Amino acid sequence: MLPKATPGPGPEAQYHAFLQEGRFMIQRSPSTGQYVFYPRVAAPGSGAADLEWVAASGLGRIYSITVNRARTGNYNIALVELDEGPRLMTRIEGVETAPIGTRVKARIADLGGEPALVFDIVEQGGAA
Amino acid sequence: MSSTSLRGRTAIAGIGAAGWGESPGRSAIELLGDAALAAIADAGLELKDIDGLCAATSTHAFPTLSVAEYLGIKPTFFDGTNIGGSSFEMHLLQAALALDAGICNAVLICYGSNQRTAGGRLVSMSEPQWHEAPYKPRHPITAYALAAQRHMHEFGTTREMLADIAVAARQWANLNPAAFEQGPLTREEVLNARMVSDPLTTRDCCLVTDGGGACVMVRADQAKNLKQNPAYVLGVGGAHSHRSIAQMKDLTRTVAAESGPRAFAMAGLKQSDVDLVMLYDAFTITTLLFLEDLGFCPKGEGGRFVQDGAIAPGGRLAVNTNGGGLSCVHPGMYGMFLIIEAVTQIRGAAGRRQLATCDIALCHGNGGTLSSQVTALLGGAAAL
Repeated sequence: MLPKATPGPGPEAQYHAFLQEGRFMIQRSPSTGQYVFYPRVAAPGSGAADLEWVAASGLGRIYSITVNRARTGNYNIALVELDEGPRLMTRIEGVETAPIGTRVKARIADLGGEPALVFDIVEQGGAA
Repeated sequence: MSSTSLRGRTAIAGIGAAGWGESPGRSAIELLGDAALAAIADAGLELKDIDGLCAATSTHAFPTLSVAEYLGIKPTFFDGTNIGGSSFEMHLLQAALALDAGICNAVLICYGSNQRTAGGRLVSMSEPQWHEAPYKPRHPITAYALAAQRHMHEFGTTREMLADIAVAARQWANLNPAAFEQGPLTREEVLNARMVSDPLTTRDCCLVTDGGGACVMVRADQAKNLKQNPAYVLGVGGAHSHRSIAQMKDLTRTVAAESGPRAFAMAGLKQSDVDLVMLYDAFTITTLLFLEDLGFCPKGEGGRFVQDGAIAPGGRLAVNTNGGGLSCVHPGMYGMFLIIEAVTQIRGAAGRRQLATCDIALCHGNGGTLSSQVTALLGGAAAL
């Protein structure tokens, strides 16, 4: 078999292009139902290569959170578990920290000149 | 072929250390070289006898090439596996396989770092992960802090319990003249130290020191004829779980729960057979996680298990008798130093901190951000 050049862009570049358009997209394998983040060429574990892009709900919960204490200022780093299942590293905006389990919703912000996901706390009785 | 066929087939015949603490003006490979030569001499061997080489450092892309050139050796077996701080426990397995297969006769496993005097912070070649970088994680501590927070949330573990791990390490260090940090340390001092990444203070974190470490492995039949009492390699098992902390399935459960049973099965041993437990204590939370995941206490009970001096001198389980990465030595990839202390205790050469009985020692290496776990069981002649 000839290893022909795979036409780009790859999943990582496609993900960033979606963010540039203001869309938070994750991958899903129709054959297994598995959601995948970060984006890859195949679903981890199953190897299913039928991944397609779907719009993420953007909703999730804080799985864990820490506050990095630095001379230049404190900031939090959180792991959020999306309702679809995958977990990602992010920042919870507008607070120094928040309890594990807090409902949060994704927003695309400018971090260092590039679009990146951050999360806001969903108010009690709010959209979640 | 059963994996237990490797049990006791090889042994650590020599150990060497160099420049623990501060070694201004000495490079990483100089410290490594000093430790390597000390280990070879300790075994009663000569440099020309070394025909196998395992190495991993934070500063060498091709560690076995750099070390072989520096020492002027031409190994027939070499392995530069780098999975972080647990690399050296994995090197024990690679060396045991190569020796048992007759590919080589004497393997040098070695490490050196001058990170304290060169820069004062943990050095790593580890590349940033694109999906983490925008949030400026300060690895490794960010990942371990996230694991600690999750453990506290799920099991009611407290900062006081974590602090008791640092206090126990210091009490062992106070019995070890080679330990870098000496003197009294109280629970309150750990709790009141500067917060670095919630819930971990500077005193929940390992040291940043210089240091070199090495050991020499040979087949068991040869080890019996060398200078030192052999420390036999009884069992080794490894496991991987993730590269980036967001991909770790459960932040309170490491794959030490997989590497441990593999090592115990190869060695034909169980937890109650172990006299000394050497755990990679990069942060207080790692000691706690590995006590649980290696089966020394139930999952979630680590905090209550370590309270009130239980793992300090005179406690119910001897853990990290050198003072650990928290108080003895931590030049970046600490796994090598677990082996050195285990062999020292098995030989009965640990001075004031010597255990009354140390026939079986467990070394558990951790690498990356709780990513790679390798467990090794070593023992003296009584263990065969």
